[in-house]
Amino acid sequence: MTSPMIPPTRSSRDLILARVRAAVRGAPEVEIPRGYRTAAPGTDLVSLLAERLDDYRAQVHVVPEAEVPGAVAAALDRRGAARLVVPGGLPEEWRRAAAAGREIVRDDPPLRADELDRVDGVLTACAVAVAETGTIVLDSGPGQGRRALTLVPDYHLCVVRAAQIVAIVPEAVARLDPAAPQTWIAGPSATSDIELNRVEGVHGPRTLEVIIAS
Amino acid sequence: MNHPEFCERGLAVRVALFITCVNDTLFPGTGRAVVSLLRRLGCEVEFPAAQTCCGQMHVNTGYQAEGVKLARHFGEVFAGYDAVVAPSGSCASMVREQYPRLARAAGVTLTVPKVYDLSEFLVDVLEVTDVGAYFPHRVTYHPTCHSLRGLRVGDKPTKLLEQVRGLELVPLPAADECCGFGGTFAVKNPAISSAMCADKVRNVMDTGAEVLCAADNSCLMHIGGTLKRQRTGVRVMHLAEILARTEADK
Amino acid sequence: MSRTFVGMPAFPRNATRAVQNSQLRYNLRKATHTIRGKRAAVVGELPDWAELRAAGKAIKDHTLRNLDTYLLQLEEAVTRAGGHVHWAADAAEANRIVTDLVRATGETSVVKVKSMATQEIGLNEHLAARGITAYETDLAELIVQLGDDLPSHILVPAIHRNRAEIREIFLSKMAEWGRPAPERLTDEPRALAEAARLHLRERFLSTKVAISGANFMIAETGTLVVLESEGNGRMCLTLPETLISVVGIEKLLPTWRDLEVFLQLLPRSSTGERMNPYTSMWTGAVDGQEFHLVLLDNGRTRVLADEVGRQALRCIRCSACLNVCPVYERAGGHAYGSVYPGPIGAILTPQLRGLGSELDRSLPYASSLCGACFDACPVAIDIPEVLVHLRAKARHARAERAGMRAAGWVFDRPERLARAQRLGSRFRRLVPRRLPGPLAAWTDTRDLPDIPATSFRDWWDKTDGGRR
Repeated sequence: MTSPMIPPTRSSRDLILARVRAAVRGAPEVEIPRGYRTAAPGTDLVSLLAERLDDYRAQVHVVPEAEVPGAVAAALDRRGAARLVVPGGLPEEWRRAAAAGREIVRDDPPLRADELDRVDGVLTACAVAVAETGTIVLDSGPGQGRRALTLVPDYHLCVVRAAQIVAIVPEAVARLDPAAPQTWIAGPSATSDIELNRVEGVHGPRTLEVIIAS
Repeated sequence: MNHPEFCERGLAVRVALFITCVNDTLFPGTGRAVVSLLRRLGCEVEFPAAQTCCGQMHVNTGYQAEGVKLARHFGEVFAGYDAVVAPSGSCASMVREQYPRLARAAGVTLTVPKVYDLSEFLVDVLEVTDVGAYFPHRVTYHPTCHSLRGLRVGDKPTKLLEQVRGLELVPLPAADECCGFGGTFAVKNPAISSAMCADKVRNVMDTGAEVLCAADNSCLMHIGGTLKRQRTGVRVMHLAEILARTEADK
Repeated sequence: MSRTFVGMPAFPRNATRAVQNSQLRYNLRKATHTIRGKRAAVVGELPDWAELRAAGKAIKDHTLRNLDTYLLQLEEAVTRAGGHVHWAADAAEANRIVTDLVRATGETSVVKVKSMATQEIGLNEHLAARGITAYETDLAELIVQLGDDLPSHILVPAIHRNRAEIREIFLSKMAEWGRPAPERLTDEPRALAEAARLHLRERFLSTKVAISGANFMIAETGTLVVLESEGNGRMCLTLPETLISVVGIEKLLPTWRDLEVFLQLLPRSSTGERMNPYTSMWTGAVDGQEFHLVLLDNGRTRVLADEVGRQALRCIRCSACLNVCPVYERAGGHAYGSVYPGPIGAILTPQLRGLGSELDRSLPYASSLCGACFDACPVAIDIPEVLVHLRAKARHARAERAGMRAAGWVFDRPERLARAQRLGSRFRRLVPRRLPGPLAAWTDTRDLPDIPATSFRDWWDKTDGGRR
């Protein structure tokens, strides 16, 4: 990590700011109307999230909280994942379920990208989920790890607790702290670049499996 | 004839006809149809003879100064009327939607007279949809961009057509797509304009209609010019001309 | 991308050529119609779309009004979070800053996230001339780069290519740039995506410098936001040791909360999805990475100074206006001669570059003013209004000027109009089927209407409005 010796472009900074000020001189102030929804009470959060995630080709299971470890083990068995990376801070019973009969790789010290590329998958929790848009948000908090962890492995298994689900985007934004790096995930990696049709499976995990604890 | 604004005062509805320069010069039959239709519905129609052009061609082609001059003239001619009716969605939208923008862009003050497109005037002001018309033909309707997205007349024209006795209204596929006229666009970008029109004509032909109707003769001149060139046999007619027909015209 | 848009002829000529290319017409029609339906469906799902659109417009206008304050706030927040902020007044300065930053790392290759700003300044060509290879990683950008082609759409730069053409490009060109395409590659979109994954995998894992743009920058927190689908963005933003983001100064939003509006407006307008697969947000230097933000003006402050034209700076690059535009659908993106094609390009390019060239002067006329773009725009940019405004600023051809002046003279007095109409009626039988000069453009494909024997006003005069 070198710190490049670039002379600060002070003059351009002043120039741009001066141009901006001259350009908007006398322009009227603008009020921001916020008449849009900031909450959507009465939504069946669990089933809407499940439906919307499924729309975007995520594999979704809704199970009671107590059955999460069993569902984790079953998912990993189906996938045939033998080496799994698990971030710190994941609930112990989930971690134990994942570890049974599998090799667990820890990201401490941080794994190199090529090392991450050689694991079969990653198991994480999440910070928030948005039902209406079928989105899971990871904010590097407990059980989520740094961003690369859920990126390089080809399989991402994520557990969402019912209490983490909000109905719409504004509720999620309100719950999150921008100081932590975030990844918002809506389905497996996809592209619309060929004839504007969506197909799943490019650079990110090609399989996203979600267990919703109801 | 039950619009409160007029009924409360117990007056006959007095309207000024804004014929538009294109109709005045090339499609006088549309103007005559508007006059006869409005009279049939009890309106007193005036034609302010000092009118010329709203300035749309100049403004939209980039001749703002000439446009402002014509807009000023228009304001003077029509300022005193409660209702101005135009058989052109495009020209009505020029006055209502574009005059305020023109005034802002040119830094001038402009009078914006109360101009209605014909279908708006019939449905919103006179509150009629059945105008007693008779036209026993298969008709499809092109909504035209400035009526649809400028004035937002919605389904008013088709509501009127649905009430015409004998008329079979068939839906036009991709109706909301532009025909490619766009004023001077038709000659400045002829290849794209013609390609757009070719698609519009194909959609018209797919309906099997005998008549293509619209509330704007500029668009009809464009689509009609292609229909004729391709010897399709489909006629074009302004909405006013269909609504003016009665059983007596058989 | 070694080809450039420089020196292209005016829009009508480019468009005429494009319209005759039936493969291109077919590809564009198919793609734009697919996305139109998807967009309409997901926009229709939201009961408060109109309110979100009004808020989005106002937030952008408010930000532009106070851009100096928010830029300083952003600079402070990014710096506080360990990032470095650079200011670039124009393309040359931005290119110089980025080149110096890459050189300081000692690397000779970079991976790139799709970015309009870096295309606008021609960064890849600038780096190539200085021995630095920029690898595009977005699938569509990869197709354009491998095919030595030009982008033709804001969101999907290779929209003009269909699956069979993409397969051909992959088979013939991937080997020159890195891992070759699989031998038995089919034209199935899934197989093509898989080929891109394999081609770029090693590069992602080993490249030490990445260059990106950003969809949004949050002034109060210093957070940058990138929306994407494939995961190539996450690869570039996360794995390399150094990240350089080149971002237009108009990409600011004042507060973190404002994202609640734009994270709803952008994906639905752009790919017609409720949410795009991946959105990355980061503040300053994260996970041991070195982070540089290059703030780009390059003509934006000139656009800002235009009271009517400045609304173009609200643009969030969703491309909804391209996808609904009947002119774009038939002319394709290359005809606009700019990285910003379509309706937004027709108002943005001539404002950013000025009206100096014939091409840039022709762009405001590349529209029938049908208004479909304005309806689709999630931040309510009145594109027709700006088009007309720019037409008033453009220099016009002498013959046209004379014609318009003559028409203005006739319309100036009703008696002149009446005289002209009578003159036309008298000679109406003599109008040729094919008109001469520029008006031949009409009669090439369309018949003329018959000139009537009497104008409406003469009829009214003679018959007292039909009463005689």
